Amino acid sequence: MNEDEQTPPRYLRRHLLGIEGLSPEEITSLLDRSETYVLQNRQVNKKKSILSGRTIINLFFEDSTRTRTSFELAGKRLGGDVINMSVSTSSVKKGETLIDTAMTLNAMHPDVLVVRHHESGAVSLLSEKVNCAVINGGDGAHEHPTQALLDALTIRRRLGRLGGLVIAICGDILHSRVARSNIHLLNTMGARVRLIAPNTLLPAEVERLGVEVFQDMAEGLKGVDIVMMLRLQRERMQGNFFPSIREYFKFFGLDEAKLSNAKDNALIMHPGPMNRGVEIDSDLADDFGRSVIREQVEMGVAVRMACLEVLTANLDALDTRNL
Amino acid sequence: MAPSNESPTHRLYTNARIIDPASGRDELAGILCNGEIVADIGAHLNNGKPRANSKLIDCQGLCLVPGLIDMRAHLGEPGEEHKETLETAGRSAVAGGVTTIICLPNTQPVIDDMSGVEFVARRARKLGLSKVYPYGAVSKNLEGREIAELGMLKEAGAVAFTDGFHTIADIQLMRRTLSYASTFGLLIVQHPEEPNLARDGVMNAGETATRLGLTGIPREAEIIIVERDIRLAELTGGRLHFAHLSTSDAIDAVRQAKARGLAITCDTSPPYFALNELAIGDYRTFAKLSPPLRAESDRQAVIEGLKDGTIDAIASDHCPQDEESKRLPFSEAAPGGVGLETLLPITLELYHNGHLTLLQAFDLVTRRPAELLGLETGRLETGRRADFTIVDIERGWKVEDKTLKSKSKNSPFDGRPVQGRVLKTVIDGRLVFDATD
Repeated sequence: MNEDEQTPPRYLRRHLLGIEGLSPEEITSLLDRSETYVLQNRQVNKKKSILSGRTIINLFFEDSTRTRTSFELAGKRLGGDVINMSVSTSSVKKGETLIDTAMTLNAMHPDVLVVRHHESGAVSLLSEKVNCAVINGGDGAHEHPTQALLDALTIRRRLGRLGGLVIAICGDILHSRVARSNIHLLNTMGARVRLIAPNTLLPAEVERLGVEVFQDMAEGLKGVDIVMMLRLQRERMQGNFFPSIREYFKFFGLDEAKLSNAKDNALIMHPGPMNRGVEIDSDLADDFGRSVIREQVEMGVAVRMACLEVLTANLDALDTRNL
Repeated sequence: MAPSNESPTHRLYTNARIIDPASGRDELAGILCNGEIVADIGAHLNNGKPRANSKLIDCQGLCLVPGLIDMRAHLGEPGEEHKETLETAGRSAVAGGVTTIICLPNTQPVIDDMSGVEFVARRARKLGLSKVYPYGAVSKNLEGREIAELGMLKEAGAVAFTDGFHTIADIQLMRRTLSYASTFGLLIVQHPEEPNLARDGVMNAGETATRLGLTGIPREAEIIIVERDIRLAELTGGRLHFAHLSTSDAIDAVRQAKARGLAITCDTSPPYFALNELAIGDYRTFAKLSPPLRAESDRQAVIEGLKDGTIDAIASDHCPQDEESKRLPFSEAAPGGVGLETLLPITLELYHNGHLTLLQAFDLVTRRPAELLGLETGRLETGRRADFTIVDIERGWKVEDKTLKSKSKNSPFDGRPVQGRVLKTVIDGRLVFDATD
């Protein structure tokens, strides 16, 4: 690279498939880039033309409103053409495989594919078959990198740093790609991660990911800076993971009493959509002194703009190098 | 034997390092074939003068070993000929030095009656490649409910009984099966995986599955069935064999059962001593197997089990899957890997890495599976069928999916450098594979 040596290390990969394996510098550069878009999005004129002439396809094999809208808005604000494709499970069952779909879309010369899929690893598989950049919009229980980035941006803007913070991630860790991406990101950035969940909702040997595991909310929340609640993914649960919503909320739902163990100014986060009264008390969710849930949504658009910008820029650089 | 009596069908293989685990022979010697039969064997035949009417083959000091007995392979025919046929499997087998295959009954239709057994045997005979003997199904249509006609299947030629890649899960059915089979002295082969515990699981439970966000199958799924069925074998007096053991505790359970004098045996398959769960890497579906690849400590335990004799045999666990079944997200991909051509070189890794002697390594794929199944092969002996293979045990090559002879290319060892190449395979005295062709 003939870059100025003063330039900080940047994110130079073709795709954004996950957080695991990224360096602190790569994460920081994406977060720094996102900051500019936070400001831009608060202006009256939110539109830029960086992605003018670029095609972004949102390819969603799993229902999503928030993430898809967020990516759509991000692409449009940068002046790109955004197309949404929802591939319902029924049309997959007609026989077209993931690879066929990838090949078909690839022939249309998109610049970026944003892919969400219900199976872990599906986005990585698809990325091997296309020439464009691929952003993982969430694959099974594996990763959801833009969610972790937007969470990190939210935290960094509120508390000024990530390193040294203590963050508790609570609830359905087993089925959560958000938890996995956040564990990787927060560990990489030097934060301390605790997980709090009933044992049935913790994946095997999860402590080897470098986290402390608690089964008791009061204990686990003691002195934390951030309480990150997860959505109970009942649609992924087959069988008995806990006896009832009532019992779950009693022991693992976030309420005022349990929260009182955390630091006084601890922030409450949730990736949405929330199950009010299941994993989080409704009043707490709406307590805008402490809940940054709306801010997370705002940061989401900025982070996705940064990712789209960086990956399309890389696309040109990588393709030139390949020639 | 008077030279004048020799017919032109005599073939003398000389200058061979003959390795025969059954007799413990490991010497530079010769072997004389008269038609389908071994007429003579020994050092006295080495470098001898070619006799009249006999063809002389100089083995150039390479190893000549009994043809491999692969006691567990899924061959696809009938029913899944797009993945493998008896012919493509046969070509793959002879290229891997395998002269006898015991095939699973998980075909369409299921091999649960006499006509199925006879179909496979007849087709394989006609092809003249590896000998193929089928397992009979334990339960009718592999449904795990009613016992198939084990006695009649045995008479038709089934060498042992299994529900293949289905576990015989119902405990009462397993008890009755072992009990009924013991009436006729039949061997029951179990795929030990508790299906409820393994449900939805696609790889070994643990850190790697957690990182990949994949549903894990706990090792206990294997251990529980092995421990349970050992009890049932003790209760009924049945002969029981566990296929492809992959966990230390299951191997321990068999070790203890053997020490108690029970008729319990087991095998494993090359992936379980040559790979661990990390081979899945970034969702490599060729490494999706059943049972799943386990942790490194389990892989080490499998090697220990092979070294101390707890594990009786190594089987290929050949399971062909076409591209459409493997080019899918990991959870949706079919499990299984082809193995007929890698059985020998991966087994030889145990020798090259110093875990086993050459005789021990070949014993696990020749004499021991043959004795387990009551087959008249797996050894080099005057008067027996001339089934053997000539191997350059040192020659290195790279496993490459494209060059495999199997119709399906799903090898978990794809890309692996290995040592040990089959150069010639002889079945019933006929040369059925020659690498120089």
